[in-house]
Amino acid sequence: MAVSTEIQAPRSGRIAPEYTRHGRSKGNFEMGAWLFMRLSGVVLVVLIFGHLFVNLMVGEGVHAIDFGFVAGKWADPFWQVWDLSMLWLAMLHGTNGVRTIINDYAEKDGTRITLKTILYVASAVIVVLGTLVIFTFDPCPAGAAAELLPSFCQA
Amino acid sequence: MSKTPAGTLYRGREGMWSWVGHRVTGVAIFFFLLVHVLDTALVRVSPDAYNAVIATYKNPFMALLEAGLVAAIVFHAFNGLRVILIDFWKKGPKYQAKMLWGVIGLWVVVMVPFLIRHLSLAFTGGH
Ligand code: HEM
Ligand code: HEM
Repeated sequence: MAVSTEIQAPRSGRIAPEYTRHGRSKGNFEMGAWLFMRLSGVVLVVLIFGHLFVNLMVGEGVHAIDFGFVAGKWADPFWQVWDLSMLWLAMLHGTNGVRTIINDYAEKDGTRITLKTILYVASAVIVVLGTLVIFTFDPCPAGAAAELLPSFCQA
Repeated sequence: MSKTPAGTLYRGREGMWSWVGHRVTGVAIFFFLLVHVLDTALVRVSPDAYNAVIATYKNPFMALLEAGLVAAIVFHAFNGLRVILIDFWKKGPKYQAKMLWGVIGLWVVVMVPFLIRHLSLAFTGGH
């Protein structure tokens, strides 16, 4: 049988109550989330491809990565802002994406609420931790062996 | 009654499989990122702690996992751009299946040089 590929216009208007999994209207939140997924996606392509290229393809690739490498990058505000934007956008994008998936598959209210609570707590912890790491980073910690540190620490 | 929704044009074929792939890669990248921020946070513990953990990543087995991760990201990124074009470009829905072949083509074009470079660095041992 030939499969028809004509796509019908989506049904618009009110969704019958038995097909919604939440009680009240969520206003424009879902629309904002939908738009955010697309805008953040475009920016993330640049940020993540750049991150992978610089860390895996340039010079010795993965072999170059150590404390001194990270210290060298974060000495430059450019890479601090790069990583901070990547952290926040990727985590918000990923958290929202996983939220959608939980809403799709977890049909019981209890399961859904539990899973989403775990998701939000885990995401918040990671975003706060990642942000603190970038802002409180010390490239020349006292007491560390000099050969592990970037060369500018001797100055 | 069966729980599977019946009779949607979206089932099977390009539209559905690209969506499954997008979902699976999205979740995989998300879990990677949680761990990745934790291991990067070791720079705040001590240079030794960070270097010790990173050193365990520099072997051929991990290089294959990294290649898998990059393959997932590159697919998710290009297919994500395809989804965006389907939503915002007037002709997007019409070309959605063709664009999936574009995604696969671009994926190959990016992955081949990436794999050559990454795996040769990983298997030759660097320093
Ligand atoms: C195997 C591939 C990867 C390697 C070897 C790698 C390596 C690194 C390294 C060395 C850092 C320290 C700072 C810097 O270099 O900028 C870092 C930080 C970071 N990476 Fe990656 N990365 C990889 C993949 C990814 C991917 C796919 C993502 C996004 C989904 C990502 C997101 C981040 C973020 C957000 C930070 C900052 C963490 C923080 O705030 O503490 N990385 N990565
Ligand atoms: C590299 C650039 C990226 C682009 C262009 C991109 C694009 C997109 C788009 C457009 C969507 C919405 C799909 C839809 O509504 O049907 C989406 C969903 C999603 N993304 Fe990304 N994304 C990127 C990176 C990431 C990263 C780094 C993560 C993980 C941290 C991630 C995780 C997800 C998840 C879990 C979903 C939900 C999938 C679903 O609902 O089936 N994405 N992505």
